[in-house]
Amino acid sequence: MSTATYCGQSVEVNDGGFFIDPSQWTEQMAPEIARAAGIGELTEAHWMVIKFMRAEYAAKGTGPTVRVLGKSSGVSVKELYELFPKGPAKTAAKIAGIPKPRGCI
Amino acid sequence: MERDECPCLATYPRGHACGMKRIVVLGGATGGTLVANRLRRAPSMREAEITVVDRDDAHVYQPGLLFTPFGSPEPRSLVRPRRAQLHAGIGFREAGIDRVDLDADRVYLDDSSALDYDALVIATGARLLPEETEGLTGEGWGERVFTFYTPEGAESLRKALTRFDGGRIAVNVVDLPIKCPVAPLEFCFLADWYFHRRGIRDRVELTYVTPLDGAFTKPVASRALGGLLAQKDVQLVTEFNTGEVDGKRGRLISYDQREVPFDLAVVVPPHGGAAYIERSPGLGDELGFVRVDAGTLQSLAKPNVFALGDATDVPASKAGSVAHFEGETVERNVRAFLAGRTLPARFDGHANCFVETGYGRALLIDFNYETEPLPGHYPAALGLPLLKQSRLNHLGKLAFQQVYWRALLSGRDLPGIAADMPTRGKSAAGLG
Repeated sequence: MSTATYCGQSVEVNDGGFFIDPSQWTEQMAPEIARAAGIGELTEAHWMVIKFMRAEYAAKGTGPTVRVLGKSSGVSVKELYELFPKGPAKTAAKIAGIPKPRGCI
Repeated sequence: MERDECPCLATYPRGHACGMKRIVVLGGATGGTLVANRLRRAPSMREAEITVVDRDDAHVYQPGLLFTPFGSPEPRSLVRPRRAQLHAGIGFREAGIDRVDLDADRVYLDDSSALDYDALVIATGARLLPEETEGLTGEGWGERVFTFYTPEGAESLRKALTRFDGGRIAVNVVDLPIKCPVAPLEFCFLADWYFHRRGIRDRVELTYVTPLDGAFTKPVASRALGGLLAQKDVQLVTEFNTGEVDGKRGRLISYDQREVPFDLAVVVPPHGGAAYIERSPGLGDELGFVRVDAGTLQSLAKPNVFALGDATDVPASKAGSVAHFEGETVERNVRAFLAGRTLPARFDGHANCFVETGYGRALLIDFNYETEPLPGHYPAALGLPLLKQSRLNHLGKLAFQQVYWRALLSGRDLPGIAADMPTRGKSAAGLG
């Protein structure tokens, strides 16, 4: 576990740079995290996905998979990969300040 | 007395004024059977009418399907009548479910009849949705592309493996959630052993293809078991979200255009909840899993509805052990609800699994919502080793089928095994 600094604030992140405590995230941090993850400007479509990820995490305790994102975020899977080229479930989770999707073991 | 004989019905056709409670359990597999049996045995439910609904009378011991592709058991030895697993005094309706009308407290069956309930328990599990992955059920399905998650699929794969004398085998989890998340990994370990026994292991390339970023994603398990894949010469492809299966040319293609070639593919298709849930507004989430409170297992849509097992949307594994541990929570909460009391029980997410690692060995993992799999012993210091391969664990897994039919399904607690995840016997370093 370590810390990262976004918007001048120190937040706890795990080895992969994912937020450990989603409540430490603020909207203002998203563009900075996105730039660090290799994503340029955050468009309206990006924000739809980010908001959906946080809502899913709040409701279910875990971020959504690509399949759920494709069904319910309002953005198709094809578009998701255009918005987040290196893997939407993981990259969008990082930008949205939620822990990465994980298995049971 | 039989429901139809009760004199109440002359005056109150929709219910019993005498107070006889009607409990309907949808699904007669692991969760449905054990919770119906628990409720039937509860003294306060002596007067309750309990009915289990399932579309067939064939209860399959699903964990056995992992072994079927490697020679035994035969699928039919894994099947027993559902009725025979239910205690006396539980009604069994063999019918499909059309939908649940939450407002009317009524289940409509596909034979045009309906069941009214005072409490509903949903245990209809998870179903495979192979059509959701492009090409999966197209050319090659059943010939070089298989799933072992059904008896028919496991048997077809068995035949294909006997004929397989070399080449690339890809084992792929398309997406999560799936039933028994470790089974695809176990398949790789058992395949390694199988081909080794046949003397052709050096002619077979095994690749595990997962949408997660590792075969093991939890830190402690990852450290303890990280070397296992390399040891067994299983290649690993991670962060692979399968968008298409090309059975003709033998390739898995991800959404971001990566490819994994194969001569034979063993695929775990996307899962969803039972079909009727989509026809029952308010009940399920976007994948058809019943939306419940993760602790009380009560539906978020209506208080007289509960769910357990693979059918729920709780962030626990879809595993038989979870249904078993949830059984106590649902039984106590249904009884409390019917008596007008606040719900006393909370499920802690407890799950445990024997993970077959081949060569007559298995390892055991035990965890819950808060705590990842940790080393030590289960259920206490003198118990089966955790996160460590042992023959004892393998024997435990083999013996388990008998424990399942004879003890677990009756809804009784297993000796020494409490519903909440134990912490005694575990290595303190990982405990919060």
